[in-house]
Parts: sequence; C-alpha cells; structure tokens
Amino acid sequence: MSTFRAALSRELLVLWRSPAEIINPLFFFVMVISLFPLAISPKPETLALIAPGVLWVAALLAVMLSLDGLFRRDQESGVLEQLLTSPVMTVVPVTAKLLAHWLLTGLPLVLVSPVLAHMLQLPDRVLGVVMLSLLLGTPALTVIGAIGSALTVGLNRGGILLAVLVLPLYIPVLIFGAGVIRTAMEGGPVPGVLAILGALLALTASLGPLAVAAGLKISSGN
Amino acid sequence: MVWQTIKRWYHMLGSPRYFHTFSSRVLPWLTPIALITLVTGLVWGLAFAPSDYQQGNSYRIIFIHVPASSGALMGYMALGVSGLVAVVWRMKMAEVMLKAIAPFGAALAAISLITGSLWGKPTWGTYWQWDARMTSMLILLFMYVGVIALQNVIREPRQAARAAGLLAIVGVINVVIVKYSVEWVQTLHQGSTLKLFGESTINPAMKYPLLISMLGMWLLYAVNVLIRARSEVEWRERRSKWVQTLIREGGK
Repeated sequence: MSTFRAALSRELLVLWRSPAEIINPLFFFVMVISLFPLAISPKPETLALIAPGVLWVAALLAVMLSLDGLFRRDQESGVLEQLLTSPVMTVVPVTAKLLAHWLLTGLPLVLVSPVLAHMLQLPDRVLGVVMLSLLLGTPALTVIGAIGSALTVGLNRGGILLAVLVLPLYIPVLIFGAGVIRTAMEGGPVPGVLAILGALLALTASLGPLAVAAGLKISSGN
Repeated sequence: MVWQTIKRWYHMLGSPRYFHTFSSRVLPWLTPIALITLVTGLVWGLAFAPSDYQQGNSYRIIFIHVPASSGALMGYMALGVSGLVAVVWRMKMAEVMLKAIAPFGAALAAISLITGSLWGKPTWGTYWQWDARMTSMLILLFMYVGVIALQNVIREPRQAARAAGLLAIVGVINVVIVKYSVEWVQTLHQGSTLKLFGESTINPAMKYPLLISMLGMWLLYAVNVLIRARSEVEWRERRSKWVQTLIREGGK
C-alpha cells in the first residue's frame, strides 16, 4: 500500500509539472465538440439529437490521444526498466499511474462536460446523467487505452497505430456511455444502463492493469 | 488416455521442426480434400439446392456467407487461444500460429460483410444496417486489422507475436461484450437457422450443402494456416541446421 501511495504521488507530481499534458486533452475535448454545431447545424433540435454521441466520441478521442505518450517518458528515462526489474509487482505502480493519469486528464473532462452538454442544447435534467456516464466511462477508457499504449511503447509511431488497436476495444463503453444519455433523454430506465457501464468499469479496472503490466513486459522484451 | 494423447500432441507440435515434417505429410492430402469439399458444397448449394419460396435464388449467397462468417469467428477464437498460449507459456509454435491465423480470418470477415450486404439489398432493401451481427462482424474485422498492424510494426518477431497475442486475448473478451452490447441496439438479422443441437429450422436440402461448404471453408482455412505457419517456421529457424539442409536439398 505504501508503494502504491509513493507511486501515486510521484505520478501526480510528474504530471502536475507538465501542465500541457493536462490542459491539451481538455482543450481538445472542448474544441472537437465546438466543431459539430459549426459543421452540422446550430439548430437546437438537431444538436440535442447528436449531443450524446458527440460528447462521448470527443471524450473517447481525448482520452485516447492523451494516452499516446503515457509510458514514453518513463521508457526514455529508464524508469520503466527499473520498475519492471524491481521486486514490487508491476501491477501496483501501473495502477497508480493509471489512477494519476485519470485524475488529471479524465476527471477534468467529466467536470467540464455539463457546460458542453448545455452548449449542445441538452436538457438540464440529463446533465447529471452526462456527468455520471463520463465518470464511470472515462476511467475504463483510460485503462483500455493504456493496454494499447503499453504494447506500442517502444515504437516511435504511436498515434494512428494506437487508434487502430484501441478504438475497437472502446466500442462497448461507447455504446453504453452514449446509450445511457439517450435513454435519459427519452425518459427510459437509466440505472440499469449505468449499472452495465459500472460493470464494464469493474471489469477493466480489475483486469486491465494486469494486461497493461503484461504489455509493458512484452514491449521491454522481458 | 485422451488427455495423454492431447498432451503428447501439444508437446510434439510445439516443436517447430516436428511441426514442419508433420505439416509436409498432412498438406498433400488435406489440400485436395479441402478444395473438393468446398467445391462440392458450393456447386451443390449454388446449382442444385432448391430455391427458397420467399427469397428465390438470392438466398444462395448463404453458401458463401455462412462459411465465411463462421470461419472468421472461429479464426478469432483460435487467435485468442494461441495468444493465451503464447503469452502465458511462451510457446514458439503458438507465436507462429498467431501470425498464420490472422490474414485469412480478416479476409473471411471482409467476405462475410460483402456477401451479407449484397444479400441484404434484395432482401431487406438496404446494403447496410447497423444491426447487431453486422456491427459485430465489422468490429471483428477491425480487430483482425489491429492484430495484423501490431505484428507488422514490431520488428523482433517473438516480441511482435506476444504483443499481438495479448491484444488478441483482450480482443476475444471484447468480441463477446460487443456481441451482447450491440444486441441491445435493435436487431434486423435473422437468428441462426442452423443448430448443432436440437432441430434446425432450415430445409435439409439446403442444410447439407451448407454444412459441406462450411466444412470445406474450415479445411481451406486450416490449409492456409499450415502453409503460412510453415513459411514462418522456416524463416524463424533459418539459422538452424535442419532448415539449412532443407534449403540445400532444394526444399525436399
């Protein structure tokens, strides 16, 4: 547990000292969303119709792009090698890293989402559901994306490759994440769909870090 | 007894050299059997099976569509199993299989999508619908592409195979989740009419050619995997003595 705390505070500190990595995904999220009213139509009815999907696709892409260099700096500085050879189980610092990354890049997306949802003309009564869905969904996206990031860490061309690997794995989270907002707008039963989203989070948060650790071991040739 | 045999096979076929000699004994008769079975099933289905009372002749595309779809699905499951064996036990042949299984499976997934949409036009009146099965097959194709892409960018072959293996394991879990999550969205595709257990709802005159073409497609897939795996084994073991002798003797 003390290892976990130490790793967590290290990761938070490292991320905190490179604010671009925190701010860029957030601005990406805001910018992508503001493209849609300009490209499709500023009409409130149309916007409200596409809003759940737009919010979710933008959040998904922002999370994925923020993960591109997740392990790169650690690899270049040799920290990763030390981590893999240290007597600590790799899963522990990996979980800390994912948690730190989500706290500083995923959580801000959740916090600004009601503002954006309002700008996309979603009714006020669903703003809570928007936030809840992203709160349950973005950590799952972080963990799944980290698997792809771990597998491509040694390759100097993340970007598109990461997208090709990770996007198909994001689909279930996307379906239920955007689905729960749509259900809320139609006045359907929200808790059931939220529960499925929570189940996906439980699955990825429990098994995902193991896969990330295995991926890091494979990438470093151990 | 059966378990012992399986274990022995596992260890024998785990050796690249044994696999190579084994496959050169199997391929000469498996290849013609696969081709004959597939052609028999296709000719029977396309030319001689009765036409459907509702769909007319357009239904005949199932004799390609269903074998391709089932092959693509089984191929991904095989990819997941090889991935598990490659990542957990680091067995060399499983790594070779990972590379050998993916391309044909991706091609079958593409064939399944194309034939499906061609059939969808006269029957449902549209080439494409975001229905559960079509969406899952499309995502299956994406995941095949991911596995192949990852294998291509990592230079060290053993590392490439294990990375792709991990991706395939995660992918298998994903296929299952995707299947159930898109069923939550409305479904247009008909349910299975062919059942392994219990009464099939398909006419026997259509069932047998379909079963034969499915079997033929699977055999052809196996042949393709064996051929690809052989050349991969030869490449990986190119510095070993037995491959060197093989080359000197002109591949005999």
